Amino acid sequence: MPDVRVSELAAFENPGRKVVEVAGIEVGIFRLGDEFFAYENKCPHLEGPVCQGKILPLATEDIQRDGTSNGRVFSKTQMNVVCPWHGFEFDIRTGMHPMDSRVRLRRIPVKVLDGAVYVSVTPKA
Amino acid sequence: MLDIPANKPLRELPEITAASDTRDYLAQAARQAVAYDDYELIVDVDAHLQEGGFWGEIIELLDNDVLRQTAMGMMRPGAMPLINMQAGMNFQSMSGRIPHQSGPLEKTEDPAKAGHRFVQIVRRTVESMGLDYQVIFPTSMLHLGMNPVEEIESGLARAYCRWLTEKILPEDDRIVGLIYLPFNSPLECEKLVQEFGMKKGVIGFTICAVRHKPVHHRQYARLYSMIQETGKPLVFHAGPHWDDPSFSQLNRFISMHALSFVHYNLIHMTNWIINAMPERYPRLKIAWVESGLAWVPYLMQRLDHEVMMRQSEAPGLKRLPSEYMREMYYSSQPLERNDLELLEMTMKKINAETQLMFSSDWPHWDFDPPSAITSLPFLSDKAKRNILGLNAARAFGLPVKRLRPRAAEVLARQRQAAS
Repeated sequence: MPDVRVSELAAFENPGRKVVEVAGIEVGIFRLGDEFFAYENKCPHLEGPVCQGKILPLATEDIQRDGTSNGRVFSKTQMNVVCPWHGFEFDIRTGMHPMDSRVRLRRIPVKVLDGAVYVSVTPKA
Repeated sequence: MLDIPANKPLRELPEITAASDTRDYLAQAARQAVAYDDYELIVDVDAHLQEGGFWGEIIELLDNDVLRQTAMGMMRPGAMPLINMQAGMNFQSMSGRIPHQSGPLEKTEDPAKAGHRFVQIVRRTVESMGLDYQVIFPTSMLHLGMNPVEEIESGLARAYCRWLTEKILPEDDRIVGLIYLPFNSPLECEKLVQEFGMKKGVIGFTICAVRHKPVHHRQYARLYSMIQETGKPLVFHAGPHWDDPSFSQLNRFISMHALSFVHYNLIHMTNWIINAMPERYPRLKIAWVESGLAWVPYLMQRLDHEVMMRQSEAPGLKRLPSEYMREMYYSSQPLERNDLELLEMTMKKINAETQLMFSSDWPHWDFDPPSAITSLPFLSDKAKRNILGLNAARAFGLPVKRLRPRAAEVLARQRQAAS
């Protein structure tokens, strides 16, 4: 599983995202602060190009102690990527769907070394 | 450790937006098409024109000069005069999360060289999904049945039929369509069947189901007889409607969408069955489009249960409602796939192997690619071939003749374009 350099660290926007094709596999690399996450660009729903979708905070329901709902508000901590095919959303940090953690993106190893960002992919047979 | 060679950077893929090329959007569908490349025929029985980009062309074809002047006088960029689309429909793209719902905004070639802009976009879709035929329905016009001005529905129906049969269908054999029946005006429906029913590429007739009209009413008897004689199917296309009093209680688009499509089909199917329409028009082929499938076994059970107790209210029936229902055709999208055990039972109950037809609903937000069918673990290879094309060929009288290029050719073209 060779490491492939995808970008200079300084050239990677923060927060930011790059989707690249590495050895026949499309990989989405996401940056949130100093953290990097990478996933195969294939939605577990119907294989849509999930990493090329919108990046938005998780929508939450603001429910008070007495059960009153103040409506929907965006999360201050969780960022999601949204599959443009059907809207399936995934936590960029965990790759999990907010409703069902069994539905998750395939993680690709990613690291920062000597001022560059690398991913490790197994080339397609 | 592999560094990027200085002269060969990695191919970078952009964010998908409403302006993305259909071929980029559906690149993965093109890869999935390899799995069914050897199938005899692939037919998508429900895809959509997003009329907004072509509305000026359609309203120019309004016969009535007052209506035409009214519409053209109201025409602004992005506007669709005379359409009674509810504001709530803007939620469909989920605030831009699903961009293809907001298109088409992609670039196309010069129409003088490459054909009508809509035809160019459909060609990109059929090639990406690996289709031989795609059946085109309107989008915003699905709500015209609720328009209080009867002549607006009938005028726009005729204008749309002219636009479709004069400008679109002649350009590509793979694009086929249905005549929009302005069901609030039975006589106009009959005229459109006579004038447009045998035009090139017209393979049936559609009633947009969002309306409050009893489909069994005697005023439609002659229309159904006429359609039966053509041998082409009558297709009920469901739709959403947030202004319906029951649905105005629902505070989220998802709630209204989940219920309203099915609601209209439940009503029309119930009237169709209880009034013994299958006995009265035994050669009339009926298809139900865009409500998924879960509603069908529910209604089969419900009607079978009640008709056994109240036979005197459905005396025209000679068999159980479910027996008539499993002889009708159904389109697959949006296929409820979360519980495969339930889906398998549903497909068994509707005789999916012979009665189910694949539909994509592209470019709408809940579209299904053909892989929604090919990836089902419980279907036989024969059932998949039937559902993906051969059932539609039988229902719509389409020749079983391959029109699509090989999947490998499409992928090679995509790779070349990307490089």
